[in-house]
Amino acid sequence: MSTTQTGHDAALSETERDTLRLVAGHMIPASDAYGVPGADDPEIFADILRSLDRDVEKVREALQVLAQEELAALEDDARAARLAAFRAARPELAGVLELAVARCYYRDDRVMTAIGMEPRPPFPLGYEVPQGDLALLDPVRARGPIYRDAG
Amino acid sequence: MTEPVDVLIIGAGASGAAVAWSLADTRMRVLCLEQGDWVNPSTLPSAGMDWEARTLGDAAISPNRRKLAADYPVNDDDSPIKIANFNGVGGGTVFYAAHFPRLHPSDFRVRSLDGVADDWPIDYATLAPFYDMNDRMMGVSSLAGDPAYPPKPSVMPPIPMGRTGERLGAAMNSLGWHWWPSDAAIATETYEGRAPCINLGQCGSGCAQGAKGSTDVTYWPEAIRARVELRTRCRVSRIETDASGMATGAHYIDAEGKEQFQPAEIVILASNGIGTPRLLLNSASARFPDGLANSSGLVGKNLMLHPYAQVRGHFDEPLDGYRGPPICTWSMEFYETDPARDFVRGYCFQFSRGLGPARAAINGMADGLIPWGEGHHAAFRRLFEHSAGMVSVCEDLPEETNRVTLDPVLTDSDGIPAARITYRLSENSRRMLDHSVARGIEILKAAGARDITSKAPLPYAGWHLLGTARMGTDPETSVVNPWGRSHDVKNLFIVDGSVFVTSGGVNPTSTIQAFALYVADQIKTRIYDLFE
Repeated sequence: MSTTQTGHDAALSETERDTLRLVAGHMIPASDAYGVPGADDPEIFADILRSLDRDVEKVREALQVLAQEELAALEDDARAARLAAFRAARPELAGVLELAVARCYYRDDRVMTAIGMEPRPPFPLGYEVPQGDLALLDPVRARGPIYRDAG
Repeated sequence: MTEPVDVLIIGAGASGAAVAWSLADTRMRVLCLEQGDWVNPSTLPSAGMDWEARTLGDAAISPNRRKLAADYPVNDDDSPIKIANFNGVGGGTVFYAAHFPRLHPSDFRVRSLDGVADDWPIDYATLAPFYDMNDRMMGVSSLAGDPAYPPKPSVMPPIPMGRTGERLGAAMNSLGWHWWPSDAAIATETYEGRAPCINLGQCGSGCAQGAKGSTDVTYWPEAIRARVELRTRCRVSRIETDASGMATGAHYIDAEGKEQFQPAEIVILASNGIGTPRLLLNSASARFPDGLANSSGLVGKNLMLHPYAQVRGHFDEPLDGYRGPPICTWSMEFYETDPARDFVRGYCFQFSRGLGPARAAINGMADGLIPWGEGHHAAFRRLFEHSAGMVSVCEDLPEETNRVTLDPVLTDSDGIPAARITYRLSENSRRMLDHSVARGIEILKAAGARDITSKAPLPYAGWHLLGTARMGTDPETSVVNPWGRSHDVKNLFIVDGSVFVTSGGVNPTSTIQAFALYVADQIKTRIYDLFE
């Protein structure tokens, strides 16, 4: 499951990287209250850049739209307003950026721990799930068959 | 040219594996060609920290997104529902949820009962012993006594309902509506060498534990032990026929990229409702100018995809989150036709647990429930581990305008013309979707949910590929006969979802496999006059 038909040029330009870092840091900022880094944290952002893969062209398209906004030169409130406008006007491109950022942010050990997860993959330990109370089905049984006789 | 075989099966997925296993006891030489490879469980997403990201990358359900070497592209631009599949040993069962309902008896009698579409030429009773056999082979966990079905045996105890199933079940009780723990092809105890489910929650991207009944861990080991040959990374390009109109074998491109011809006495297509018509249409010849087995003109037509609606809500207390098989319970309350509704036929509900953190964040932002900026963390915590919901699986009635054709431009990596999908939602389907969204919201509200969202139709849900080489008794209105043999080519069989006359309103894998076992049984029973 690792051989791809097509390669992906993952290299963003320096300007594109800077814009993406600004967007990531705004989208999911660091929070002392929740004890989490922002998505522009160096480790997380490096993961984001490494993982663009199939989305690199769409990410680049989104960043080119945003580059016209000169985000870096704006004050925080103005930048937030510009990004909100972008998100409303181009939801499909905003969605690509959300995908690129969130899939890496939420696998960071610090973040997983902060949201109550063990920082590990599901396999091989798995998880516990309660069986549930099968007596809840008593009313369903009491109603009797509901399928149609097709004879 | 390679050595001739008695039976050539094309495709090693749900149906190809079942038919191969069943035919193994005939002592015929059986060969299966599969364009993909074996999946190594240790490489599946749930074994790595990138388990969620990979479901959107190399483990995506769309071949157009995944783009692995084994994949062929599908032009689904002209369809609101996008095609999902997996190419490899096990086929779609590698990535399916293993949700394993059977069709209902009424599904085989649609014309007689409801005056729409056509009856199947076989009935529930005919398939029942093969459903039972398939449940044992795939290792199905269930709770006996579901009043939505005739009695059927239970192989293993059901998968856990969990907090999600309890919460939604209590809501269904308050409304007086049917619900039941799902039948699932997931081992809940050690079964035939398979380890039990440990609630990885990643059934949809392959089971690293091997508890899920994908055919690479169920039928195939048994079939290979019985001397069936499975040749991987072999992509079939066309089926060849002779002057008498019989299939002589298939051309394929092998793992080294060399063109080969495999002679065979019997050819069985098990390539799903897209791959099978694509191959038949690509096998056009002077004798069969409109494609092989296509004197009816119905190859590729009547494509049915099962429109899905999704309704999800969020709760104040934590539920199961990302843990456990994603689908826990079902409801058949709205399955049968009700004249009081504005549509015919019906749908089932699959009730589902929550999402992993990345998917929760991505979906939450897309749904407008999680903002960018300072409010992100608080909003995320209100959703993550607190969500549950359902999808409705709506019966899709056959229409000839919904179809698979050959794309005039797009090809796979071997230059073989790709499939193009033309598909529209019918008015009946739209009404059914609307009804299911309204009922879904009603259920979630009864369960105490907030922040309820819905999508209909769900775009990336074209798993169920049905109807494109339908079965029937009349060669003018069907492609294969009631036991899967082509009307036109007497040694060509089809055993995948292409043969479905109607779609029902449930996941089709158990029926596809039961039919494949039935066809194999018919081949064995009729072996001395099989081609007459």
